[in-house]
Amino acid sequence: MTYRLRVNPIACSAHGMCAELLPELIELDPWGYPILLSSTVPASVMDHARRAVDACPTMALLLEDATGPPLLS
Amino acid sequence: MTSITLSAYRAPELRLPRLLAGVSYYHPTALAEHEELYGPLPLPGSHDNTGRRWPESLIDLVERSGLTGRGGAGFPTGKKMRSVAARGGKTVVVANGAEGEPASCKDRLLLTRAPHLILDGITLAAYAVGADEAHLVVHGQEADLMASLENAIADREVLGVDPVPIQLTGIPARYVSSEQSSIVQYLSGGPAKPTFSPPRPHERGVKGRPTLVNNVETLAHLALIARYGDGWFRSVGTPSDPGSALVTVGGAVARPGVYEIEMGTPIGQVVMMAGGPSERLQALLVGGYFGAWLPAEFAWPVPMAHADLRAVGGAMGAGMVIALPVTACALAETARVVSYLAEETAVQCGPCMFGLPALADTLIELAYQGGWGQAIKAIATLVPLIEKRGACRHPDGATQLVRSALTAFAADARWHDRHGPCHGVGRAPLLPIPSDEEREWDWT
Repeated sequence: MTYRLRVNPIACSAHGMCAELLPELIELDPWGYPILLSSTVPASVMDHARRAVDACPTMALLLEDATGPPLLS
Repeated sequence: MTSITLSAYRAPELRLPRLLAGVSYYHPTALAEHEELYGPLPLPGSHDNTGRRWPESLIDLVERSGLTGRGGAGFPTGKKMRSVAARGGKTVVVANGAEGEPASCKDRLLLTRAPHLILDGITLAAYAVGADEAHLVVHGQEADLMASLENAIADREVLGVDPVPIQLTGIPARYVSSEQSSIVQYLSGGPAKPTFSPPRPHERGVKGRPTLVNNVETLAHLALIARYGDGWFRSVGTPSDPGSALVTVGGAVARPGVYEIEMGTPIGQVVMMAGGPSERLQALLVGGYFGAWLPAEFAWPVPMAHADLRAVGGAMGAGMVIALPVTACALAETARVVSYLAEETAVQCGPCMFGLPALADTLIELAYQGGWGQAIKAIATLVPLIEKRGACRHPDGATQLVRSALTAFAADARWHDRHGPCHGVGRAPLLPIPSDEEREWDWT
């Protein structure tokens, strides 16, 4: 199963936890908001991705099953 | 008073105008006048103009007609209706008449002059998708418009024309408030700001119910397709973009205004319909403030149709063509529009609320003070930081405009960057931007 990351840009308020916990896939822009370097999550960084998602104070980082439709819909 | 009378109850022989056929310069078309012109609203059980029982399925008819949304995105209307109808249950229909583009007047023209075409379209759409709630949404600050629409709706209520009552709602006149998710959130009791999607309105719309949001011009076309059929609709336009469309032509043309064109009409011909250039032109802004600048000679033969405009890096948008004369500074015009768009951010998404003002400031500097050799570089860094990172397409629309400006006016931009402002910046502004008094700052 493959997973993808998505940011809810309305919920995000630039805490920057995700870039600390998942530097493999996330960089911050000049204003502190996350830029996804790749939306699909390789198995090797899956643990980091989960931790970043759990740590987001505004629950703006979403991990979704990439094989099916977006889970949030 | 000039109005062209169509023979009622059958497809008009005239190719165009269609939507504007009965439009008077002075007053809205009254219900009796409207029915005399187009015949009564065809609802289930009635017969169409060829005597066939109408219609086996309105959605099939709309799909065959090839009608696409006239609000900007150009999505196939039949497909949208089908996805709402397929959700089943009690659905909602919303007619979007909140024309957010400062340069566009076509929805306003229809709302003020041919309201019953739109109201017919709402009732037909409500019937087709099984809606038990129908809304017409316009800018709340336009009190005269609200009053005339209230009257039109009341006239229909007396005769029981609309089985589903049409509710008129005024929303804040903010640029992003006319985005469909903003309207859905507002009608559900929230602020008129875009929401994170998916879910899209056809999945979870007004109060969580599947919702069909259509532009008012799209619904007016629907009212004619239901009467005259898909073949009639397709008899003008191109196979991929059939039918007619309303366009607003402005800037340096002899007769700025709203014109009804066949889809696929070359842009140059559209400018000629508006009396032709009033000065020598350098470029055309096609598609509005989320559209693109195209050099005038290059744009002249390009058809006004979604696919053709996309192919040249432009967009049909809500059908605007603004002519820019050689004496104006395209960079100054672009900078002013981007500043306006930056002020119209909903202040929800970081890249939009921080990125657009930064982009606007850099453009203003490039246009009015010169770039000291740094501005183009700064813009090139900012644009990718803004694009595709918002909940709605507001930031992307602004960057598309900037990209097209730096492509169409590359030499000008380099000159400004190195040497400072050109003479054109002194010219009076051309692209319309609402004044502070006209603007609204509230979201609720």
